[in-house]
Amino acid sequence: MRNTLVLFKRELAGYYATPVAYVFICIFLLLCGILTFYLGNFYDAGQATLGSAFFEFHPILYIVLIPAIAMRLWAEERKQGTIELLMTLPVTLPQLVLSKFLASWVFAGIALALTFPLWITVNYLGDPDNGVILASYLASWLMAGGYLAMGACISAVTKNQVIAFVLAVIVCLLFLIPGLPQVSEALSGVLPSEALVEAVRSFSFMTHFGAIARGVIDLRDLVFFASVIGVFLFMNAVVIELKKAD
Amino acid sequence: MGAMIEIENLQKRFGSITAVDGVSFTVERGTVLGFLGPNGAGKSTTMKMLTGFLPPSGGTARIGGHDIQTDGLAAKKLVGYLPEGAPLYPDMTPEAFLLFIAEVRGLSGAAARARVAEVAEKVSLQKVMRQPIETLSKGFKRRVGLAQAILHDPQVLVLDEPTDGLDPNQKKEVRALIRSMQQDKVIILSTHILEEVEALCSRVIIIAGGRIVVDCTPAELAAKSKWHNAVRIELSSSEARRVESALADTYGGSHVETLASTSGSTTLLVTTRERRAILPEISQRAQKEQWKLDGLHVEHGRLDEVFHELTRAGARN
Repeated sequence: MRNTLVLFKRELAGYYATPVAYVFICIFLLLCGILTFYLGNFYDAGQATLGSAFFEFHPILYIVLIPAIAMRLWAEERKQGTIELLMTLPVTLPQLVLSKFLASWVFAGIALALTFPLWITVNYLGDPDNGVILASYLASWLMAGGYLAMGACISAVTKNQVIAFVLAVIVCLLFLIPGLPQVSEALSGVLPSEALVEAVRSFSFMTHFGAIARGVIDLRDLVFFASVIGVFLFMNAVVIELKKAD
Repeated sequence: MGAMIEIENLQKRFGSITAVDGVSFTVERGTVLGFLGPNGAGKSTTMKMLTGFLPPSGGTARIGGHDIQTDGLAAKKLVGYLPEGAPLYPDMTPEAFLLFIAEVRGLSGAAARARVAEVAEKVSLQKVMRQPIETLSKGFKRRVGLAQAILHDPQVLVLDEPTDGLDPNQKKEVRALIRSMQQDKVIILSTHILEEVEALCSRVIIIAGGRIVVDCTPAELAAKSKWHNAVRIELSSSEARRVESALADTYGGSHVETLASTSGSTTLLVTTRERRAILPEISQRAQKEQWKLDGLHVEHGRLDEVFHELTRAGARN
């Protein structure tokens, strides 16, 4: 536990050691603003809510932004050769995998939390359901965690951050599109039973994100994100064990 | 308690390539072991297995009695390791990096800071402690790597090419540092530089083609040289012809070699097949026959020549 914390601290500080963190946060906030006010028509909707204008865009926004956080996690470590340093310290592989993931997740959380002016705005303008907003933030953060676990795992496959980024975008996309309404409709035409369509849909981040963001915190949705994170972190450890020397 | 390091039939295969093929040796405390071999001989791979980075394909090793495979964490605690090329986090400052290592090694707060300051002084890093590592010169980076390895005062120090890529002054500093730490520790260092082995090591292992070809002291290694006990004679070129023919009569023409002949001065090398000590008889004869010599030296043997012979043979097998 203590080791995980030490590794976590170094990892998180690593984001702020370079301009990367600041650039990332600025772009994230900028995109959030643009999407909310221009594409989301926040003012025209005339509703005191963040759901349709703000959170709705997160699944798409994260497809590009989360792989950008995750791509360096292992790829850089392998490129610099520091993985050898790290793995000959008296720490275990699970501690390493967990600390890296947690640091990136907390970083994503910080970026997300910095959108609080929107929350203040909506409270100033009207009387929103803050419970739903809180649930939406939770859903968004959980989804980020799922994408990060995937990105971390893929980052372990390659030494090249660009490859890690592109692959992660594709994998993240695969876990998003089954939940898009258009795709669901198309699937109902192709697949023989509605249960099958539902099964495919249930693999989508969109489905589970939407459920929690509506303010209904269902155990099944939480379990879904927890399992995605767990499975990909496990795979992350396996990949590192196999490929660390390459 | 047995030897500090026990390596038993260690093997490593990468696909169809066998990088390390049954390496066994033990090392006692107080030993500085030089690990020699051509590139790709398996030096680094052996070190990577010993330090727990790579799992062996066969065999095992114990550090302080802890098996690297079943009790890896305990083994890693005893080891300080400088990987090849001294990889570091370029964005961190030496101070932040060493504090991180100290914390991973179980120190915290004031104790960690005190230890980092102590080690920084030992490797003369104080001036650059707050500069990002990427802005440092190669010599400083290597010192950060060394500081990281010795931070917890490990009983076993594994250094993979610690002086590679450094200038002569920096090499000298690193060697002095290694020498200052050798007591009660096991230091294993790999190198290409043979003079380093002579200067630092109490034992040499030469590895070629994944196998140990020689395990002895540097002096014993030098004795294997065909130049061991050879006599080097420096004299004026005018005198050289007379002396050379006299020596050729005694030792055979093929055993008297002209090493260099420049601007009136010549260097001859006299060897014997059985590597006999011939310095006394030559110096007696020089006096008797009144040779005018500028210098008379005995050779101890050339490590580079032995190294070449041994590793070439090893690679063929």
